[in-house]
Amino acid sequence: MESTTTPKTSAAICGMGHSMKRKEDPRFIRGQGNYVDDVKLPGMLHMAIVRSPFAHAKILAIHTEKAMEVPGVLAVITGETLKQYNLHWMPTLMSDTQMVLPVEKVMYQAQEVAAVIATDRYAAADGVDAVEVEYDPLPVVIDPKKALLPDAPVLRTDKTGKTDNLIWHWQTGDAAATDKAFAEADVTVSQDIYIPRIHVASIETCGCVADFNPAMGHLTVHMTTQAPHAIRTVFALVAGHVGLSEEKIRIISPDIGGGFGGKVPVYPGYVIAVAASVVIGKPVKWIENRMENLQADSFARDYHMSVDLAAKKDGTMTALRIKTLADHGYADAAANPSKYPAGMFSICTGSYDIKTAFTEMDAAYTNKPPGGVAYRCSFRVTEAAHAIERITDVLAQELKMDPAEIRFKNFIGVDKFPYKSALGWEYDSGNYAAALTKAMDIIGYADLRREQAEKRSRGELMGIGICSFTEIVGAGPSKDFDILGIKMFDSAEIRVHPTGKAITRLGTKSQGQGHETTYAQIVAEELGIPAAHVQVEEGDTDTAPYGLGTYASRSTPVSGAACAMAARKIRDKAKKIAAHLLEVSEEDLDWEPGKFSVKGAPQKSKTIQECAFAAYTNSTPGLEPGLEAISYYDPPNLTFPFGSYICVVDIDRGTGMVKIRRFVAIDDCGNIINPMIVEGQIHGGLTMGMAPALLEEISYDENGNISGGSFMDYLVPTSMETPAWETGKTTTPSPHHPLGAKGVGESATVGAPPAIVNAVVDALAHLGVKHIEIPITPEKVWNLLREAGVAE
Amino acid sequence: MAQHEITLKINGAEKSASVESRLLLVHFLRETLAMTGTHIGCDTTHCGACTVLMDGEPVKSCTVLAVQADGHDVTTVEGLEQGGKLNPIQNGFWQEHGLQCGYCTPGMLMTTSALLERNPDPSEGEIREAISGNLCRCTGYVNIVKSVQHAAAALRQPSPEA
Repeated sequence: MESTTTPKTSAAICGMGHSMKRKEDPRFIRGQGNYVDDVKLPGMLHMAIVRSPFAHAKILAIHTEKAMEVPGVLAVITGETLKQYNLHWMPTLMSDTQMVLPVEKVMYQAQEVAAVIATDRYAAADGVDAVEVEYDPLPVVIDPKKALLPDAPVLRTDKTGKTDNLIWHWQTGDAAATDKAFAEADVTVSQDIYIPRIHVASIETCGCVADFNPAMGHLTVHMTTQAPHAIRTVFALVAGHVGLSEEKIRIISPDIGGGFGGKVPVYPGYVIAVAASVVIGKPVKWIENRMENLQADSFARDYHMSVDLAAKKDGTMTALRIKTLADHGYADAAANPSKYPAGMFSICTGSYDIKTAFTEMDAAYTNKPPGGVAYRCSFRVTEAAHAIERITDVLAQELKMDPAEIRFKNFIGVDKFPYKSALGWEYDSGNYAAALTKAMDIIGYADLRREQAEKRSRGELMGIGICSFTEIVGAGPSKDFDILGIKMFDSAEIRVHPTGKAITRLGTKSQGQGHETTYAQIVAEELGIPAAHVQVEEGDTDTAPYGLGTYASRSTPVSGAACAMAARKIRDKAKKIAAHLLEVSEEDLDWEPGKFSVKGAPQKSKTIQECAFAAYTNSTPGLEPGLEAISYYDPPNLTFPFGSYICVVDIDRGTGMVKIRRFVAIDDCGNIINPMIVEGQIHGGLTMGMAPALLEEISYDENGNISGGSFMDYLVPTSMETPAWETGKTTTPSPHHPLGAKGVGESATVGAPPAIVNAVVDALAHLGVKHIEIPITPEKVWNLLREAGVAE
Repeated sequence: MAQHEITLKINGAEKSASVESRLLLVHFLRETLAMTGTHIGCDTTHCGACTVLMDGEPVKSCTVLAVQADGHDVTTVEGLEQGGKLNPIQNGFWQEHGLQCGYCTPGMLMTTSALLERNPDPSEGEIREAISGNLCRCTGYVNIVKSVQHAAAALRQPSPEA
């Protein structure tokens, strides 16, 4: 695959490589976006939800009489209401089950208990206050380690025969060979690492407007979903028995105010709103508030990892072993491909040529909200990257090696691609040394090490941290990847109009990634139709071709490829039309973006626009009229974007505050479609990488009370904590993607946390610090300084 | 619930309505007036998505009651574009890729508008401080800072940017 770093098309066509200004922005900067809470339908009712104050309790009674007396309140829906329709439970995307509304007991604080339907949102909230629920508290299981002890209360008593809180055990790799490699190793290091529970906290919360038309039996749901088609199928599977068959369901995903994985699952609120609309026969709007969003929607992470690395004396890594305890809350409501309960965690050998590896995981039920979804990362890649990039620094520290040196020593060589990893992945392409070298050059690594030594001699604390991550995105090949059995292909349909303008519709759904621009540029690249003349539509299941949606950095690897393939079908047909118009054979035509010309007689040519017009006005013998195509793209492999990040921190000895002085991010996502958008994605990803490293955490006390359940104490980064990110790139195209592109939206979220942690540990290494858990709060650092006797 | 007659200016136009005591300004704008450019992102005055100007000062309209706006002059994102011409602040955000999902954008634009009104040539630090009450989950703020600088430069020109 050719590397394209300069655009092939003119600025007028604006194909790949142009930093085209975004086509979606004119509506957003005018406040004319159409988000779900902006949808207002005639007769629309409002829904608000009663939630549990207890983490585990029997429901003795739900008293709705007072709520029904509140002016404007029309109905209160409980688990008993839904039970009449057998809709009180639903499947999760991981083939587990979760309650829509409870009949017997609640399993986590903030769980949905009942829903109030009213004429406006204030009346609905009043109704919620008036619902009285009698609870009988039950023993609470919060610590997943305790959840797996033999005497732990069994939480999922709804599952017949279930005698413990183990959800599943998963393992991959060669355990015996790994143990042998450890036994024979010159040196081994171990580190326990906890990746806390966090929340995507998109600035728009979740919500929907469910609109059932009783006369037609049609259901339209405007909802915050990253995967509208998959949701339609799920609704049909869940509610088919009450008459909602799939042709009568239309999911419309309007403008979405950030998704990051949190808008993939089906939450109970959506289902209750649908049920309410079906029962009442009017549109019902449900919009979460922020506390509901943080306290009840799917969390991310919550992995307790024990990481072991074996190596030779010279730093050559020989084996990796990771044992993980995954806390899934009361249901496994992750959104992973079904064959991968731990997602892509087995990318944990990272950028290094480690010949032997084994990883295993236990997943446990606890009295916490169900999950876990991604937090802007491809299925557990962040946890895997944290493990390998942290343990690499632990090994370097043990061997007194420079963290850059140990990485160069172990990188998978540029000549080894495609590379088969010890845990079974085939990396498509990479040049890890080039990215790290570039990052070191830009930041001035050697000078920084000298500065650090000088500062250390004066008692000042400064650290330099490196992370050289490899991602795995673009799920995925149908032989391995499905969600609820639906293969993870994706789609694009392109229609070229008679005047040479086009519309393309896709199975994905932008949540801020700029799809309306990026996909238009792909069509422009392939057909030479100016991107300005290509309308992009997503998110309406009645009009878009079936696709699995946007998450896990899969839009460019899968739908982007589908878009290119559909465009190529159109180009093939346009070529036949051009040959007819020019009275030559197809073999006699040359193509340049936007134009076919006769070989040797370039003055004889037909533009793509002329071919489009002819497709509707001038029949070409043997061809159907029209100029459109559809592609369902089943990727042959995943894509493996990578990067090297270097972070420089200064630590205040008086407060323990960590300040990121500089952060250089070199990313390689293959060929780039819109450099401006890619850089923006990296800026945002870095910030969402810094957030869990320094600020964000959702934790629970022993009674299951949440902390971090509002923006009062869940610390989303502001402009003040966020540094001025420095970005750069190398370009190593994917050999199997039609455009040589890879995904990029989540790389920085994966790569940033270990770089920051490694920098902080590096600053404190001479004090004997080998590891620090995230989020690295000033308190944690100050306590370490105090223990070392250097706190001011 | 007691009702109150209020009259206020929204983007220069006088509006009168009868509102409940507890009605929030943001709901008055979004529900009563159907001006949905002002967004809601939290319940605790942290996110700033609902920022509007009241008598030129940025306020979070989720913590202002509609009755408190009685007699005041409110400017929302819908009031930025004048005569079919984008405000230079809107254009700055477009040119510098200062938005992604667009949800925080109206609040960011209004905060920027107030900043540049009182400080036409802010430093990066002053910009970051001014927008620190407006959360953005997508951009990492780097391009928002550039957008504000772009807008400030355009507004300092003798004739308004086209």
